[in-house]
Amino acid sequence: MSENGDMGHHDEHDHDHEQSFISKYIFSTDHKIIAKQFLITGIFWAIIGGALSVIFRLQLGFPDMDLEWLRPLLGKWITTSGKLDSEFYLALVTMHGTIMVFFVLTAGLSGTFSNFLIPLQIGARDMASGFMNMLSYWFFFLSSVIMFISLFLETGPAAGGWTVYPPLSALPQAIQGSAAGMTLWLVAMVFFIASTLLGGINYITTVINLRTEGMSFSRLPLTIWAFFITAVIGLLSFPVLFAAALLLVFDRSFGTSFYLSQIYIGGEALPNMGGSPILYQHLFWFLGHPEVYIVILPALGITSEIIATNSRKPIFGYRAMIGSMLAIAFLSFIVWAHHMFVTGMNPFLGSIFMFLTLIIAVPSAVKAFNYITTLWKGNIVFTPGMLFSIGLVSFFISGGLTGLFLGNSAVDINLHDTYFVVAHFHLVMGSASFFGLLAGVYHWFPKMFGRMMDEKLGYIHFWSTFVGVYLVFFPLHYIGIAGFPRRYYSFTSFDAFSTFADLNSFVSIAAILTFGAQFIFLFNFFYSIYRGRRAPANPWKSNTLEWTTPVNPGHGNWPGEIPKVYRWPYDYSKPGAEDDFIPQTVPYSATPESNTDYENELAKPEEVTPKVKAEDEA
Amino acid sequence: MSNTASILDKNGVMVRSMHPKKFAMWLFIISVVMVFISLTSAYIVKKAEGDWLLIDFPKMFNVTSILIVMSSASLHFAYISAKQNNLFRIRLGVVVTGVLALAFIVGQYLSWRELVAQDVFFVGNPAGSFIYIFTGLHVAHLVGGVVFLGIVLVNAFRYKVHSKSMAQIEMCATYWHFLGGLWLYLYLFLILNN
Ligand code: HEM
Ligand SMILES: [Cu+2]
Repeated sequence: MSENGDMGHHDEHDHDHEQSFISKYIFSTDHKIIAKQFLITGIFWAIIGGALSVIFRLQLGFPDMDLEWLRPLLGKWITTSGKLDSEFYLALVTMHGTIMVFFVLTAGLSGTFSNFLIPLQIGARDMASGFMNMLSYWFFFLSSVIMFISLFLETGPAAGGWTVYPPLSALPQAIQGSAAGMTLWLVAMVFFIASTLLGGINYITTVINLRTEGMSFSRLPLTIWAFFITAVIGLLSFPVLFAAALLLVFDRSFGTSFYLSQIYIGGEALPNMGGSPILYQHLFWFLGHPEVYIVILPALGITSEIIATNSRKPIFGYRAMIGSMLAIAFLSFIVWAHHMFVTGMNPFLGSIFMFLTLIIAVPSAVKAFNYITTLWKGNIVFTPGMLFSIGLVSFFISGGLTGLFLGNSAVDINLHDTYFVVAHFHLVMGSASFFGLLAGVYHWFPKMFGRMMDEKLGYIHFWSTFVGVYLVFFPLHYIGIAGFPRRYYSFTSFDAFSTFADLNSFVSIAAILTFGAQFIFLFNFFYSIYRGRRAPANPWKSNTLEWTTPVNPGHGNWPGEIPKVYRWPYDYSKPGAEDDFIPQTVPYSATPESNTDYENELAKPEEVTPKVKAEDEA
Repeated sequence: MSNTASILDKNGVMVRSMHPKKFAMWLFIISVVMVFISLTSAYIVKKAEGDWLLIDFPKMFNVTSILIVMSSASLHFAYISAKQNNLFRIRLGVVVTGVLALAFIVGQYLSWRELVAQDVFFVGNPAGSFIYIFTGLHVAHLVGGVVFLGIVLVNAFRYKVHSKSMAQIEMCATYWHFLGGLWLYLYLFLILNN
């Protein structure tokens, strides 16, 4: 890339002149390449995670089906009678959850967009430490390899649910998946935590220290605010998961009793005394609940940006958006026990956690309200990215509402561990965050690859997925209210649930079709990388800094000086302005026609760098 | 050495409050703090649930606490000497810190022996296991600190630590004082909970 040459000229010892293929695409320290590595790995995992769910949906929807045809793939996990092995069913559910929550919606989402957008939108050449950033990806890669290998173990991968509660997960004799599969799960997660922390430390440092001139915190795009807050949450919560996992490792492999006490297994008493499995749940959910916000906040940030741009209106309540994200971040650390209402906790404690939990509905509602008011009376441009963002808002609302039921400690006695919970979090977290990821890909694809994705295919992809998601997850509410527990191998063994057999088949068919629709996206994505229409410099007429770089930015992002920032990123359809957008790089002194009185005051002392490319190496 | 520093200077990007690496160091410290906060909270929760063993606090902890405070002092001595460009004293300070650190590690090992002497093993009631975890995990972080000391020492011999190049020894000192503070926290925590 020619820009690369330019850059090398500026800072000799920073960027190699001639980068080999390896240092450019494999062990790259360029945040844009690392972002793409996260994206591609995330897509790989999404396909695996989705495929696993199709397999267990087959079991749930069509329990009598002959699955002999899966034997080439699954081998001995198909029983002699052509059914899915019941322990392997649990392994599938566990791996589906682990993969989706951690590998796709944490690493795939934050890893891709925090890396890609933070330097580009705050006006930095790269992350604070390119090396740590590279390390972050390769730890994730290593973690992925280990988790992937665990899928092929003789005893199968981990099978205790994505939350890996002991004692099930601590005792290899309890279930096959708690043998080697669980060990690899823990090892993989340790690398994953290291990766997340390295990435997060970098994001925070970069946002705080490397913003370009004029980019005050009150001028940061909401994407950056979201990534920043997400990274802070991760920094505070992932170490706790590490602590929980560490104690679990010692219980499993060294015979300690942190989580174990008075257990009889196969008629034999274990020596472990004095531990408590509830302790694990406290530690896990102290990460686990913040984790769900780590998953959703970046998606909400992406949505804010895309909805404002494509409504051609300033985001409604910029400060309220920031405030609600901060409130959510704070609250997310003091509600974890709502996952434990039925662990025998003191009902008084339960009502405290219920109160704190329900408060979260307030900032969440503020966000939903602000999205809708931003859309209200906007000149909406329905790009695929915009549609996916609106879809996210829809899921966030419909899934958030069921949270209010679950947050009620009395109602939760009935609903806990049923499909109602599954419906809740697949809408509010899974689908919403997944839509944020897709919206981001459609929106920033031109910046990533210099080409456009096909819009028509994007629309087909959107509608089939949007309708599909509701068809899959809405019925699960009913199944859950009826009392069907999650993580059960079979519906049909209980008479009470046989009336739901048809509904379950319906859900399974919808799930398979929705999964199939993702291949439209995959085709569109990979085809457009090579054959897409060439992208213009600013395809969505957006205000943020990334669109001031060359169409294919090189290492260092801007060939000349880094642009200065003079205004916030949401000057869309400003009264009096010529265009319906004013990029952040346009000084107030250049827009007297649209300035408010206050902005005219700001314009006076502005020092505007002349448009001429400044000679470097002063 | 650092990518960012030169990027910062040449392109008019404002350098805000802190050196990015030092800042990142603080963030790392925060994550370590979270590990220990969660482990000590787990200790409290578990203790409150009962089925808890009363353990005689190893006497050796008093000694190791003094050792680690001394090591912080000697590293501070090295740090001040670096400001004054006194190379000999930098090296002396860092070496003394390293020796005290090794003594601390040996001391922690001896305190484990004290635990074993009263039949408190790593495997057994969590009341005992937790003490092993606290001390073991702290020492693991301390070993990282010793490696860092080694790097500073090597650079001190290469004349790379002086009043105009303080970042590394400063970060090393920050981390080291943090480890000292962390141990004192654990020490007090264990005393107060026994
Ligand atoms: C109004 C806001 C919300 C409330 C009051 C709420 C409440 C709850 C409660 C009480 C549970 C536990 C149910 C049970 O296991 O019995 C739960 C589960 C869950 N929630 Fe929410 N929630 C809200 C929003 C969210 C959001 C925004 C996300 C993610 C982005 C989320 C993700 C999850 C997940 C993943 C689970 C299930 C975890 C598991 O057991 O596997 N929730 N929610
Ligand atoms: Cu929660």
